[in-house]
Amino acid sequence: MATLQADFTLPLRSFALELALDVSRTVALVGPSGAGKTSVLRVIAGLIEPSRGRVLLDGEQWLDTERRVSLPPERRRVGLVFQDYALFPHLSVRGNVAFGSSGRPVDELLDRFRIRHLATTQPAELSGGERQRVALARALAREPAVLLLDEPLAALDAHTKSEVRHELAELLRELALPTLLVTHDYEDAAALADEVGVLVEGRLRQLGPPAELVARPRDAFVASFTGANLLRGKARRGEGALTTIRLESGEDLYSADEAEGDVGVVVYPWEVSVARAHAPDSDSALNVVRGQLGSLVEVANRVRVRVGPVTAEVTAASAERLELADGGVAYATFKATGTRLVPL
Amino acid sequence: MFAAAAIALGFLLLPIVAIFARVSPGKLVAQLSQPVVTDALVLSLKTSAIAQALVVLVGTPAAYVLATRRFPGRSLAVVLVELPLVLPPAVAGIGLIAAFGRLGLLGGTLDALGVQVGLTQAAVVIAVAYVSSPFYVRQAVAAFEAVDPNLVAASRTLGAGRARTFFRVVLPLARRGLAAGEALSFARGLGEFGATIMFASSLQGVTQTLPLAIYHEFALDFTTALAMSALLVVVSGALLVALRITLQWQPSKPTSRFLFAPSR
Repeated sequence: MATLQADFTLPLRSFALELALDVSRTVALVGPSGAGKTSVLRVIAGLIEPSRGRVLLDGEQWLDTERRVSLPPERRRVGLVFQDYALFPHLSVRGNVAFGSSGRPVDELLDRFRIRHLATTQPAELSGGERQRVALARALAREPAVLLLDEPLAALDAHTKSEVRHELAELLRELALPTLLVTHDYEDAAALADEVGVLVEGRLRQLGPPAELVARPRDAFVASFTGANLLRGKARRGEGALTTIRLESGEDLYSADEAEGDVGVVVYPWEVSVARAHAPDSDSALNVVRGQLGSLVEVANRVRVRVGPVTAEVTAASAERLELADGGVAYATFKATGTRLVPL
Repeated sequence: MFAAAAIALGFLLLPIVAIFARVSPGKLVAQLSQPVVTDALVLSLKTSAIAQALVVLVGTPAAYVLATRRFPGRSLAVVLVELPLVLPPAVAGIGLIAAFGRLGLLGGTLDALGVQVGLTQAAVVIAVAYVSSPFYVRQAVAAFEAVDPNLVAASRTLGAGRARTFFRVVLPLARRGLAAGEALSFARGLGEFGATIMFASSLQGVTQTLPLAIYHEFALDFTTALAMSALLVVVSGALLVALRITLQWQPSKPTSRFLFAPSR
């Protein structure tokens, strides 16, 4: 398996993008917009020159600022899929796919991406999902050694998105190319990538498998970005092996993590139970937050509901049984072992 | 409102109608076979063709650089390119004499090279190119600026170098704007009068273009002047129609796809 190595500094308007990354499977960079995600792809593709750095593919030098090596984009074997797909408006679907073709039969790709019946269609007449398939086929036609995807799912509506996400995950697994994709959506990143990096203001905050980011978020930003509840409090060593955290609201929470001082308390919605009444003796969960019920949001077959400052995820059946839609007071409970502490 | 529109339209059309109304079509055509007319027509078309070829060959890359590169003094350069647009033709003529004339800035250099510009067809070409090129270049800059930079980037990452990207992506996408600019430039060059008469003079068969011949004949034979004016109206009108057709023509929509589209 080939490995793409990128290590560079690129000054942007209000911060410098500094990144060192090895890509051999699928890596997703996630972060808020303006974090420099697209610039990473552009540096690797050779569309922007960083002030310092190296880009290598298995020892093949694409960029080395110290040795004054910088291959032009057409000589770096990348397949870059742009966020808005950047299909050539003056060429048909076939013309687009054939544009960079290195002798590979175009029909084969048209069949593979189920766009053969659109071969003579102009890009302006395609739907979002079709455009994405054309863009992927076009990028693969030049037989790239590295695949770069810029927000591959952002231009799609919610309805087509889940299906396309599934297809894309299949495709990436099949291609087995070093792939770097950027997205602002953590769920997309987790679904598509083997490793996820959280990029904030040009710096990589954490890089690891999706499960690791959830299990051990390095800081408050990573935690909230991966979908966790984040509560602020002051930690002190408590009785036994537990740390006690006094929340701003005055309530105490407990965590198995060790920490002192100002901390972020991280708990994932699916680790939170909701009850109408609180019975301390019949529950192994040590942490209880009492609060007013907020509005309900349905996510697939589950329901997300706010209990005071905490978002909980419960089944639709539980939500009905507990009459959560009626509002009022409820208790959110979660275990001390599932309560992580991160620096703020 | 409609009255104002009618007045404006009438005002703009009346002189053109008058040209054709004054002389019968048969007589107009007969006048066109005079040597002074044919000489001028041939000279006009020849010098225009050479001047426009130069404008396109030099103006296109120049416009592309101005549109896509960021360098110090770029906005000044864009303004300077458009300067001849607002320059009175007489000033342009004086300027060309001061630059390329025997006693001009480059006159000595050209003399040493054995090149004599004044009073030759080369002078006509220079004058026409000078006054008409800004029409092409400014339109070309706008056309190139309108090409999505992501499409250029996409082409590069798909293995096409700068030249291939220019010819396969940039040029096809800017084509309509370039054609519109070139049509304007051609029309302006064909009607060029002031700078040409000052810089190249008005020698029949050598530097006398159609507009110069019209002016010349105007004092001698008004009917011939009218006939030549009608000729210029026809040529300019044909240009305008060609421009309209070019602008509406959509190369990206081949009609054949409806004939050969596979069933779905």
